[in-house]
Parts: sequence; C-alpha cells; structure tokens
Amino acid sequence: MAGAFAEAGADLELVDLHKRFPGFTAIEEMNLVIPAGSFFALLGPSGCGKTTTLRLVAGLEEATSGRILIGGKDVTETKPYQRPVNTVFQSYALFPHMSVIDNVAFGLRRRGISDAKGKSHEALALVELDHLSARRPAQLSGGQQQRVALARAIVNRPALLLLDEPLGALDLKLRRQMQLELKSIQDEVGLTFLHVTHDQEEAMTMADTVAVMNKGRIEQLGAPEMLYELPRTAFVANFLGQSNLFTGPVSGTTATSIAVDVEGTRIVVPKARAERHTGTVTVGVRPEKLTLHTEAPEVDSSRNLLGPGRVIDVSFSGVSTQYILAVPGAGTVTVFAQNMGVGPLVADGAEVWVSWSVDHGFGLEDEAPPAPRFDADTDTATIAVQKKRALMSELEEA
Amino acid sequence: MTLQEGAVLADAVTAPKSRRRGRIGRTSWILPSYTTLALVFLLIPIVYTIVFSFNNSIKSNISWRGFTLDKWLNVCSAQNVCQAFGNSLLIGGVATVVATTLGTMIAIALVRYRFRFRAAISLLLFLPMATPEVVLGSGLASEFLGAGVEPGLLTIMIAHIMFCISFVVVTVKARVSSLDPALEEAGRDLYGSPGQVFLRITFPLLLPGIIAAALLSFALSFDDFIITYFNSGSVQTFPTFVYVSAARGIPAEANVIASAVFFIAIVIVITQQLAAAVRRRRLARTA
Amino acid sequence: MAFAAFATETAKEQTPRRGGKIALLLLVPGLLYLGLFFLVPLFSLVFTSLQAPSGVNFGQFEAAFKIENYAVFGQYSEQILRSFLYAVLATVFALLFSYPLAYFIGVKARPWPLLQNLMLVLVIAPFFISFLLRTIAWKSMLSDESPFVTGLKAISLLAPDAHITGTPFAVVFGLTYNFIPFMTLPLYASLERLDTRYLEAGSDLYAKPFTTFRTVTIPLSMPGIVSGVLLTFIPAAGDYVNASREFLGGTGTAMIGNVIESNFLLSNNYPAAAALSIILMLAILVIVLVYVRVSGTKDLL
Repeated sequence: MAGAFAEAGADLELVDLHKRFPGFTAIEEMNLVIPAGSFFALLGPSGCGKTTTLRLVAGLEEATSGRILIGGKDVTETKPYQRPVNTVFQSYALFPHMSVIDNVAFGLRRRGISDAKGKSHEALALVELDHLSARRPAQLSGGQQQRVALARAIVNRPALLLLDEPLGALDLKLRRQMQLELKSIQDEVGLTFLHVTHDQEEAMTMADTVAVMNKGRIEQLGAPEMLYELPRTAFVANFLGQSNLFTGPVSGTTATSIAVDVEGTRIVVPKARAERHTGTVTVGVRPEKLTLHTEAPEVDSSRNLLGPGRVIDVSFSGVSTQYILAVPGAGTVTVFAQNMGVGPLVADGAEVWVSWSVDHGFGLEDEAPPAPRFDADTDTATIAVQKKRALMSELEEA
Repeated sequence: MTLQEGAVLADAVTAPKSRRRGRIGRTSWILPSYTTLALVFLLIPIVYTIVFSFNNSIKSNISWRGFTLDKWLNVCSAQNVCQAFGNSLLIGGVATVVATTLGTMIAIALVRYRFRFRAAISLLLFLPMATPEVVLGSGLASEFLGAGVEPGLLTIMIAHIMFCISFVVVTVKARVSSLDPALEEAGRDLYGSPGQVFLRITFPLLLPGIIAAALLSFALSFDDFIITYFNSGSVQTFPTFVYVSAARGIPAEANVIASAVFFIAIVIVITQQLAAAVRRRRLARTA
Repeated sequence: MAFAAFATETAKEQTPRRGGKIALLLLVPGLLYLGLFFLVPLFSLVFTSLQAPSGVNFGQFEAAFKIENYAVFGQYSEQILRSFLYAVLATVFALLFSYPLAYFIGVKARPWPLLQNLMLVLVIAPFFISFLLRTIAWKSMLSDESPFVTGLKAISLLAPDAHITGTPFAVVFGLTYNFIPFMTLPLYASLERLDTRYLEAGSDLYAKPFTTFRTVTIPLSMPGIVSGVLLTFIPAAGDYVNASREFLGGTGTAMIGNVIESNFLLSNNYPAAAALSIILMLAILVIVLVYVRVSGTKDLL
C-alpha cells in the first residue's frame, strides 16, 4: 500500500479498539467506521482520548487490543512508515533543518517515488506557497507553516489524512480562513480526512460527520445538524453548544409525545425526539429556541411554557443577547435572543415567562439527572492516591 | 581547561539565553567601571603570556629581552615542546571521538527511554564532575599500578575519555530534551524507517549539541594537567611539559603554542557568535 | 547549572518509551566505561590505602588491612586544614569579585546583547589559555624582580625584604584568579534568567534598592550562588598547582594535593597517597552535603 499513491481515500475501520496507559485507560472498546472520502471529526474535551485514537491510527502508539483496518486491510501490527496514512501535527513538526520543499518532498523520497521535487511543487502550489519553497520553516508565519504541513501530508496521497488540532495555534480570523481552505482542498483531492479538535464550531463547519468523544468513548456520532438538534446525552447537549435541561418523571404519554413533570411544570417532548419514554427523564431545549414574554402568554398545546421567573443577568454580545432567568422549580434558564431592535428586550430583575415549540425539545438517554458539565475538582488527597497507584502499577510492569 | 571549567562551559552552552529586557534607567557609573576593571584583570595573564611569546629569551622566559618573531617561526626548536603538543593533539582527538560517541548514546537513552536505576545512573554521571582531579588521577593511577599497566599514551587516553563522558552527556542531553518528539514522529509518519529517521532527522538536529560537546571534550582533554600527570609515565603532553619545565624555566615556545591555541579558540567562538547573530537577523528580516 | 543539569528538565515534554534492548545498547558501553575507569579506581584507592610494605623493596606493597595508614590524617592535618582554609577564602573572594560582574553582564547589559556576548567571551577567555601558563604569568608578574613589586617597595607600600610569591597570599590569590570564571558563569546564568519585573515589584512595594537586592535578587540567584560555590570550592580544595613551589607557593603553603602528589609520584608511598585521596574525597562530600542542606537547594543531586 505504502508503495503507491492511493487513488482515492479508503475506509477506516476500528474494531474493539482499546488503549491502556500505565495508570489510566485512554480508549475503551472503540468501534467506528469512517467511509472513504468523508471528512470526519473527532470532537471532545482535552483528555477524552481523541488524540490517542489518532496516534493509534497513525501507528505512533500501539493498541492494547483491537484491530485497525484501512481499506479493509488490517494494519494493526504495522509500523507508522508502512501505513498509507499521513498526519498534520498539532505543532506542525516541520523539520527545521530542511527547506520547505525538502520538507514536502521528504515522504516521496523515502518511498523512492520519481519526480519528488515536481510533485512537491504541485502540492505547494495547491496551498499557494510555491513561491516560498526555498525558505526554512522558521522564516514562515504560523498560517504558512500550517499550509506547508498540510502540503507535506497530502503530497503523499495517503488513503487517510489525519489532522491533529492543526488550527489550534492560529488566531481566530486565520483559523476561519484555514477551515474553509482545508475543506475546499479536501473536496479537490477527495481523500478521507480524520480531524481531531476540541473546537465544536470548527468540527461542525468542516466535517460531514462528527463523533463526540468523552472519557475514552464515543458518546454520539452523526451529521453536525443532527448532533446539535438532537443530542442524545447531557454531555453532548452541553459540549456542543448550550442547553437548558430539566429532569422529572414521565407523567403522561400520548401516541406521539411524552409529558415530563418538572416540579409541577409539564414539559412535552415528541416521542420521536426522546430516547426514553418511561421513568425519570431529562429533557432539554436550546437557548435560542426560547421566546421571552413579559406577560403571561395564553396556554397553547403546541408550546411548552415556563414561568414566571426573574431575569438575573443580561449580557450583550453583539449579534445576540444572553438572558439568564431564575425560574422557581425549573432552576436557571438561559435564553439567547437576536438583537433585532435596539437595547435589551427586558431589564435585569424583570418578571418574565419563556415558551418554546414542543417540536424543538429533546429527551436524553441519561438515567440519572445530568451531571455537571465538568467533573467537580478532585481533592488533592484523591489525586495523591491516584498518582501513587499509577506509579505502583508502572513499577510492577517494569 | 580544567574539569570544572568544563562544567561551567557546558552550562553556558546549554543555557538558552532569555531576551528579557532589563531596566535601562539611570545606571550609575560604578558598576560599568568595576566591570571594565574586572575584565581587564582577568585578561592580564593572557596578555602577559602572549607578549612573552615574542620575547627574545635565551633559556628561561622571565625577563623581557627584546621583541622577536623567532619563537613563532621556529616553535619546534625548543626541546620536546612540539612532541608534547603533538601528543596533546593526538590524545585530545581520540578522547573527543570516543567520549562524544559514548556520551551521546547515554544522553539519548536518558531522555528517550524509561528504565530502572535512573537515579543511580545520574549519580554515576554526576560524580566525576564533582570529584577533585587529584582523586580521579591517583585513583586511576593506583588501578593501573595494581593491574600492572605501564602508564603512557593509552592510559592518558583512557583517563581523558573517562572525565569527558559526563560533560558530553550534560551538553547533548540538553539538546535532546529540547528536541520536539513530534519531529521524529513526523519522520516515521512520512515513510522514514527508524534508521532513516535517525540519520536524516534526529542526528542533524542534535548535531549542534554534539559539536559543542566535542569541542568541550577537546578543550578539557587538551588542557588537563592533574589527572594526566598521575597517569603519563614518561610520555609528555603540553601541560605536563609546562609543569616539568617550570622548575628550570619555561621556554618562550610554550607561550607561542598556548597563544596560538588561544587565538584559534577565540576565532571559533567569535565566528560562532557572529554566525548566530547573522542567522537571527536574517530570520527577523524575513519572518 | 551543570551541577543541576541532571536534575532539572527544561524544554519539550518527552514521553519516554519503555526502553528495551535499544536503551540497554545505548547505555551499557558508556556506563561500563565509567564503572571500569571511575568506580573501580575509587575502590582501588580504598584497597591501596590499606596496603602494607612488602619485604625489602622500596615502593613495593602487598594487600593487607593496614588501617594505620590513615594516621596520615594526623601527620598531614596541617596541610589538610590549610587546603580547606585556602579553598574557603578563594571561594569567598571569587564570589565577591564575581557577583557585581555577573550582575552587570546578566541584568544591566541586557539591552545590548552584542556587548553581553563580548563580555561573556572575555570572562571565559582565560579557559582558552593553559591553566599552568596563566599561573606562571602571575608568578612572573608578582616576583621580587617584577616592576610591580619593586614599585610597591619604592613607594614603601611593601617592606624592602618582603615577598609576594611563596606566601599564602599568593596562593589564595592564584586560586581565586583561576576559579573566578567558575563562579561568574553560573551566577550569570541565574541572573540572566532573573525577571526584572520582580525588582520593580520590590521597589513598588516600598523597598529601598539595597533591600530589594537583599530580599529579592539574592534569593532568586541562589541556584547560581550554590553552583558557583561548589564549582569553585571543589577544585580549589584539591588543587596543587597554585600551591606548589614552582608556581605561586612556598615551603609553608603545601596543600593536600601537593602531599598526595609527592607521596604518589615522588616517594612512591602509594598507601599514604591513597589514604589522603580518600580523606579528601570524604571531606568534600561531607562539606558539599552540609552546604547543600544549609543553603536549601535540594534538587542538586
């Protein structure tokens, strides 16, 4: 495989992949199929195992168990230089002692491919940097270095291109520009891209499919809109954008919907949009789907209604304004409202109601009430104990 | 250069300079004047040694008897001095090659691999730098004596390699740990086999550190006296030649050799400094 | 600090791999070498120090357990004490000489990097000329016939029958001069890293310049002071070139190094020389450990 150019991208298949480091488990039982030619993003907070997954695919780490297949061929046991895979590293990892063109030609030369220089110039032209081919990496700006790293990887026409937070070091404006460029290059060359990032906006704008990872597993996988509109777990609901979540027992069921009793308030969610239909259920709605009312609105069976509550914080952010309400029984509720007019809709301290269309709600699969978005800080004694255990297990293995 | 001179030099080589601005403010004249005087004081014996390499001395080189270029043109006319110098070059060359190789291997292993007895190994590498030379010298001499090895060129080389290794490790280790492991990973990712990655990426990137370590080793070996004296037998190196001649007067030819070595070393240092400055400027211009 | 270089990890985070055969292959040759030619000699010294004279031949010894050899400690206690006294004096003088110098180069000269580098080159310049010739140069300049000494005598700053060479003063002077760069460079290295914003914070918080120096600058440069002191003290205590009669010393200035040299190389009294080496090594070890303890730098080893 490594001897020739891949004509198109190849499928990547992870089967029961498991990776344990001394002291902790990075990935547990991962099963994943990434179809050829797609732009796939692995999204998650730092330490969720997304970078480890990437390194396993690249061959830079060895899996504890499980298999990795590229284009149907098992590559689990092969070395990184034998895999038809290339990586754009987070730090770019451009060789500082070589010129830009020698950096790009490195992989071609190692494989003994003819006309390495010409092909490298073509790749540099693709990222619009051919005029800088004689420079050293240190003489380039961050965005230019990123593009060289990209050219150095795609010039090899790998079956699979791995991107490890490649835009993390760039400033916001440049990042947006590079996102678009990356996307168009992927359309042009048609390779399979596997992109690792902690930036939800980046993942959603670029990828066809996003997998949200947490604590070594994939929580949910799907098209960006689907993930956003219908998150399945509290983690996804809060990591991908923000959500208002309410927990309570199911108090009534119709053919098409369930009703949840949240401290006396009835919240209705369509059955098709709820993971579970009995027991204690957590339901949610996105803040921008909420409508603010200064007077109690009329009861409407197609809308859920909360209130009255009090506005406890108003923060202006240009396009929209965020209101935080304290609603007795339901807790705090966040509302985003577009700034169509001038000035806030309601003032701090005002009494308000909120409503939203029943069709915009979603029901989560979590059984317990949603955990806070981040774990509570572990106290130092626990950390010390964990460290000690990790060391002990390391010593035993050595 | 003596052993501990190596330690501070290894430091100067390995410590990257910060470019934090100081307060320019109102600097009093006391500190600059003191610094000037202190630097002049440090240079006095060097100037003396160089000046007296031009002395038209007869036997001992103590009082000034007029300027001559004779000693520079006929360095080898003084008995044994050139042979001693040659021995020093030979010993320095061999010690540098062997110590740099062994030390670089250890430095890579220390940074890149996990293994047991790390602390003990670090201690073993640190101790030679903290042991007085007279102890190192007499220890080796008593080992050779016990084993019945005649002191000579070989025993001097063995001794020099021993004390150079630690300094090579310190110097190269700093370079290895500042090397981004992602660079080697990128090499493997781009179809480089382990051998190719070492040859084309790791080694070229470590080279400045290895060269610095080699220069340091050579300087240490070239100027070592105490350890050499205990293990040299009848073989003379340049420093033992100076020591032995001290009783009856050191010939001006010794000053010539020392001065020449001094100039070469200064040229190397200044060239390296200028090259670095030019590189910095070029980077600043294009980036 | 070279001394601390084995303990401190700066720079890129590395993920050390568990080393199998490769690590072993890289480590073994060098470590074996150090074991054979550094550790074995130390044991060999212990062994030699316990040997007893054999038969009639002068300079011939055989294995024994003659602990009495360590009586050299009493016999040469004067030279041993003198070594440490001279070393301490040289260390103190070198510190006093070097601190302002290092401070100027490392802190005040920061706006002029080229000047900074030039001054550093001048500080290490003595390294590039033979240690022995430097010392001989001082001997000539301080000899009785030198213009400097005759001048001092002419203006009656020195008694007509006084000497400089051959006195303890000359030996301590030589030790100080020769080891100044060992003190200056580590001091420079730590002062160069000193963030001057701390000094500004000190003066902002109502500290007079001297108070800021005492309470901020000195503590922050402590690693440099510790390294410099060790790098000066250890070689100075073991030195025998400065104190020898052909260089700056005289009959009453012999240090422990001179005694080891003459016992080993002149009178071939190997057990005595070995015993003295071991005493020197142990004494330095104890002093270094106590010093490191007191100065509070624990991560030295």
